[in-house]
Amino acid sequence: MRWRTGFLGGLVAALCLVAGTTEARLRVVATTADLGSLVRSVGGDRVDVLTLARPTEDPHFVDPRPSYLVRLSRADALVHGGAGLEAAWLTPLLQRAGNARILPAARGNVRCCEGVTLLEVPERLDRAQGDVHPQGNPHYLMDPENARVVVHHLADTFAELDPDGAEVYRRNARAFLTELDRRLPGWLERLRPYAGTRLAAYHNSWPYFARRFGLRIDLFLEPKPGIPPSAAHLAQVIAEMKADRVRAILVEPYQDRRVAERVAAETGAKVVLVTQYPGGVKDTGDSYLELMDYLVRSVAEALAAGPEPTPQP
Amino acid sequence: MTVVAAEETGTAGGPDRIRHLEQRLQQLQGEFERTLEEQRRQIEALRSELERLRAGAGSAEPAGQGAGPAAGSGQAPRDSAGTPAVRSAPPAMSSVSPWRLGRAGAYVDVGLVGTFAAGTSTADDIEGGLQPGGHDPNQRGFTVQGVELNLTGSVDPYFSGSANLLYSLDASGESRFELEEAWLQTLQLPAGLQVRAGQFYAPFGRINGRHPHQWGFVDSPLVIARLLGPDGLRNPGAQLSWMMPTTFYSELFLAVQDSQGDGAAPFRAGGHVHGGEEAGALPMGFRPLENDRGVSALNDLMWTLRYALSWDVTDQQTVLVGLSAALGPNASGAGGAPATQIYGLDLYWKWRSPRAHAGFPFVSFQAEALLRRYELGAFDWTEHAEHGEPFLADAASGTPAALPAETVTDYGFYTELLYGFRRGWVAGMRFDYVAGGEGDYEKGPWTFAGEPVGRDLLRRERWRITPNLTWYPSEYSKLRLQYNYDRRADVGEDHSVWLQVELSLGAHAAHQF
Repeated sequence: MRWRTGFLGGLVAALCLVAGTTEARLRVVATTADLGSLVRSVGGDRVDVLTLARPTEDPHFVDPRPSYLVRLSRADALVHGGAGLEAAWLTPLLQRAGNARILPAARGNVRCCEGVTLLEVPERLDRAQGDVHPQGNPHYLMDPENARVVVHHLADTFAELDPDGAEVYRRNARAFLTELDRRLPGWLERLRPYAGTRLAAYHNSWPYFARRFGLRIDLFLEPKPGIPPSAAHLAQVIAEMKADRVRAILVEPYQDRRVAERVAAETGAKVVLVTQYPGGVKDTGDSYLELMDYLVRSVAEALAAGPEPTPQP
Repeated sequence: MTVVAAEETGTAGGPDRIRHLEQRLQQLQGEFERTLEEQRRQIEALRSELERLRAGAGSAEPAGQGAGPAAGSGQAPRDSAGTPAVRSAPPAMSSVSPWRLGRAGAYVDVGLVGTFAAGTSTADDIEGGLQPGGHDPNQRGFTVQGVELNLTGSVDPYFSGSANLLYSLDASGESRFELEEAWLQTLQLPAGLQVRAGQFYAPFGRINGRHPHQWGFVDSPLVIARLLGPDGLRNPGAQLSWMMPTTFYSELFLAVQDSQGDGAAPFRAGGHVHGGEEAGALPMGFRPLENDRGVSALNDLMWTLRYALSWDVTDQQTVLVGLSAALGPNASGAGGAPATQIYGLDLYWKWRSPRAHAGFPFVSFQAEALLRRYELGAFDWTEHAEHGEPFLADAASGTPAALPAETVTDYGFYTELLYGFRRGWVAGMRFDYVAGGEGDYEKGPWTFAGEPVGRDLLRRERWRITPNLTWYPSEYSKLRLQYNYDRRADVGEDHSVWLQVELSLGAHAAHQF
């Protein structure tokens, strides 16, 4: 009888140990790779991060795979944009995951847009205007100042969920912000010569980037958000690009590059492959700061390259 | 007046005016940003103050530590620094303060999906015959397949809720209303458990739980409409599901639901199922399905069991496999306690491009195979003959038939391949097959209402090939062109062409896998 209790005791102890080692790290699910990268910066070794959307795919449309349910059902924290970008696929996943720790209003549900001033909040909702997000444009992390807000938010949340690591999280956040502060002047400097320059983009993902760096990105190949380009609209865009001597078209990995190439061929502008997500294109690594480095560099190079384009006949 | 207006538009379009407006806009934006930055600076000041005090209270760190980061990064332009203010403590879960998942603005997401079809067919028995599904196109000309109102949201911190109310018109123009679904579901039970209660689709197979507007084709697969019934399996009841603690997705579902009505056609539904055989025609099994013996024990209800598992084969490919069983009494014959057992196997595979835009391009394959054992109760047509109603009679003697009890087996499958070849465009191909083992009741030379009777057409072999093409102008509208080549044993072949159009209003439809 005694050996049996001993065995059971050992088993319980072993289970506790296993539980203990798995409990030690905070299990975090991030919806997109930019958020995933910020989570890694703040969480360091104390968190396990899983990112749902691939950096190369359209974050509006992610398949709510059953494996995501498994990840969400075991997460301590869910880090999401919160501005409607992921709503269509995240809401049903959350309802099925049945995880009280990450439900809205729970501490582990981190809506990163809190504290961020969202641009382009529509005054009235009308789908004739395309797929406009009711809370405003959700691509706010393209302004590094907004990353500052999110990093504070993450550090606070992680500190609350894992009080033992509070100091680590705050220290990591400070290190990130110091590095951000170190790089930001360089970014601003690099793009300053092009202040007020007009750029075209496939989709309206860049209002925050444009505002921070003094660019004007208000010509879109999509006639309306989420509506594929039409010939008539493209003709209009081409005319405006020629008139304003627009030199660059920003295209993300999942967008139709051929359309952009066609417009570029007509206008003499350059197609610039950009991404909002670390890992979305080569040389963006897996860190948010590297991504911003890449974005600033590639936009600056495109604007600097060659003489003023001459409209082709 | 006209002249003034014209002049105004003239000046409004001038380059000076544009420049002026641009300057004004820039000026306002600048002011706006300055205000914002001012506020952010205040927030940052409060934050560092707070951090310093916290560090002081913690006593582990010297006072200088808190000032470090703010002062250390002094040379950078501190043009703004924001933070989500001071978050209040998480609100205590309270049933009087409802909250919602996702979008803000209302406590409930309201959406409406309208699905319409137009087309023609060489068949004369379109509703219920050629097209056995309850929401299939039902006649030459136009069909309202369904106008579905969906309300969904969080009930309180403990439950989410969803309701689907469906309106449609049958072939004769009669309005129909269906309570398709209305249920509440737990949000935070422990150990991977979840309970759903209300009116809902039984967790059987893949297509049964999906509403017609989520299907890849205009109509229901034959095997589903025939073996599960025109409206599928759905009824009031309760369901328990358990997501197992495995590294891959693995979930068990158990549902118990009422076994009568349109939502349980292979069970106690009776012979008057929506979209079913015409009045006066011979029912399935050559006997009335009206032996509703009510509910006196637990096994008089409809029980559904499902096990589903899924894994990601690669980053781009996912597989979902399910095994289902539905058990319950049926209403055939007039004697005994006949029962129905339905078993199903479903498979779904999907590939999506790593650079998917709006979900395209993708390839998906879906297949379901079903087997149904149907116990037919014994039935004597003598009573019908005595009341002067149409009855099944021996062709030689003309005496009313007395059918003994027997068990018949039906089976079938469908496979469908969808290829989203470019953004907004999907090409589809489906193959349907359904058949039934010949029952003893089909062997006798019978007449019904004087007419000779052949094999039971409601269980006879048939197959169908369906190519289609779908265009989504946006996520909220859809146009679909479909051709059906049908071949029914003892009936012949038929050709049909259907054009489907769909609109979606209101809340963003939830994406499903």
